[in-house]
Amino acid sequence: MAEVKEELEYTKSHEWIEKNGDIYTIGLTDFAQDSLGDIVFVNLPEEGDDVTAGEPFADIESVKAVSDVFSPVTGIVAAVNEELADSPELVNEDPYGSWLIKVEEVSDIEELLDAKAYEEHCANEEA
Amino acid sequence: MKKTPLYDIHVKEGGKIVPFAGYLLPVQYPTGIRTEHEAVRTHCGLFDVSHMGEVRFSGPGALATINHLITNDYSKMKIGKCRYGIMCNEQGGCIDDLIVYKFADDDYFVVINADNHDKDIAHMQANLLPNTQFEDLSSSTAQLALQGPLAQTIIEKLTDPQTLPQGYYSFCPHVLVGGIECLVSSTGYTGEKGFELYCANEHVTKLWQLFREAGTEEGLIPCGLGARDTLRLEAAMPLYGHEMDEQTTPLEAGLSFGVKLNKDEFIGRTALLSKGNPRVTRVGLVATGRGILREHQNLYIADELIGHTTSGTFAPHLKQSIAMAKVDIAHAAVGTKAEADVRGRRLAVRIVELPFYRHD
Repeated sequence: MAEVKEELEYTKSHEWIEKNGDIYTIGLTDFAQDSLGDIVFVNLPEEGDDVTAGEPFADIESVKAVSDVFSPVTGIVAAVNEELADSPELVNEDPYGSWLIKVEEVSDIEELLDAKAYEEHCANEEA
Repeated sequence: MKKTPLYDIHVKEGGKIVPFAGYLLPVQYPTGIRTEHEAVRTHCGLFDVSHMGEVRFSGPGALATINHLITNDYSKMKIGKCRYGIMCNEQGGCIDDLIVYKFADDDYFVVINADNHDKDIAHMQANLLPNTQFEDLSSSTAQLALQGPLAQTIIEKLTDPQTLPQGYYSFCPHVLVGGIECLVSSTGYTGEKGFELYCANEHVTKLWQLFREAGTEEGLIPCGLGARDTLRLEAAMPLYGHEMDEQTTPLEAGLSFGVKLNKDEFIGRTALLSKGNPRVTRVGLVATGRGILREHQNLYIADELIGHTTSGTFAPHLKQSIAMAKVDIAHAAVGTKAEADVRGRRLAVRIVELPFYRHD
C-alpha cells in the first residue's frame, strides 16, 4: 500500500502539495512513483516560469514511459529542485522528500483532496 | 484476452499485469525493470514467453515451402541449427520476422511473434507448396527464456550438460530438464548467453518452479516484458512493429543479413530487386543532451527532417538514453550529429555503431 502523509494535500493526478505561508511546494506521491517504476529523467520548468492549475508543468520519464506532472495551482515558479537533474531516482526513493517545484504568487488553486480522500482515490484506481 | 499457463504464477510473484499481443503478461515484477535488466546482464533472468507462436512444416515439400515463404536461405542449413529470417509480402514489406529450427531435411519448427500469429498462419496456409504438412502448435506450446551469464550453470543443475545445445543458434529437440521433456535452444532476445525452452503447456509451471529454486544461489529473478524490451534494444535486436512492418522492407530495416536475394525465388524478392538499394536504413542513436528518446520522434539536422526513431528508451545497463531509428542513408554515418523532437523540445543525439551493448 502506497504511503500517504496526513499533513499534505493531494490531487487526483497524484501530486502532493504543501503550503508554507505563500509558497506552495509540489511533488509526486508514493503511489505515482510506484506506478511509474524506475524514474530516469525529470524535466522541470525554470525559476520565473508560469504554471497553470490543471496544466502540465514537468515531464517525468521512467524506463517504461513518459508522464506529465500537473500543477494544482496557478502562479510563478519560485524554485526548482536542481538535485533531480542528476539524481532523478530520488523521486522513487523518497517521494515526499523530493519536491519538484515551489510556486509563489498563487492566484488559483484546484480542488484538493485531504489524506483520507486521497487514500480512497488510490484504492479506487488500484481496483 | 488470453492467458499463458503461467498467469497465476505471475500474479503470485507480484507481477504487474498488462495486455500485450492479446495476452495478459507481466510488464515487471516488484523488483522493477532496472533490477531485472541488470540481473540478466550480470546473473540470470527467467522470462515467460509462452505467448510466442510456433508452427511446424513437414513432408517432402517443407524445405521448398520454407524457402518460398522466408527471405533467408535454408537449403544448406544443418539439422539442429536455428536461423533467423523474414516473411515478406509481395511488395517486399515485412509480415513478420521469425526463427526456423531444422529438425530434419523434411521437418522444420518456426517461431513467430504472438501479435502476428493470425495473419502469419493465414499467409503460410495460403502459400504452402505441394507435399507440405502444416501444423499450428502455438496453443499447446509454452516457452521460457533463461538468459544471462549464469544460465548455463543453472540449467546444468537440472539436466545432463551433454544433452544441451553446443553453440549459439543451435538446439536439441528432446532434452530432459528436471524430468520434463523440452526443446532447448541456445537463443534469446537479450544479447546475453542463455537458452529458450519449449515444452507442453501442462509442464511449464513445474519447469518455472524448478528454475526459480535452482537459480536462487545464482541470483536468478523473474523478468517481465519491460526488461525484455530494454535488453533487446541495448542489444540492437529489431522488434516487429517498430523496426519493421508491412510498409518497411527488411533491407530498409537494416536486416539484409537475413535476406538472400541470390536465392532463386521467395515471396517479395521481385519487389525488393525492383526497388533497388534502399534510401533509408536502421541506425543507433545515443542522446548526448538531457532527455529520453522514445519511438516515433522525428530527427533533424538543422531544419532538414532525416528520419524518425523506431524504438527508444533509457538503457539501464549503459545508463544513457538510446534509440534505433530509420534515417536517410545520406545521413546515416556513425558520428553524425542530429536532434530529436522530444515533445516539442530538441534533444541532441549522435549516430553510433550497433549493437549498443555486446557481452564479453
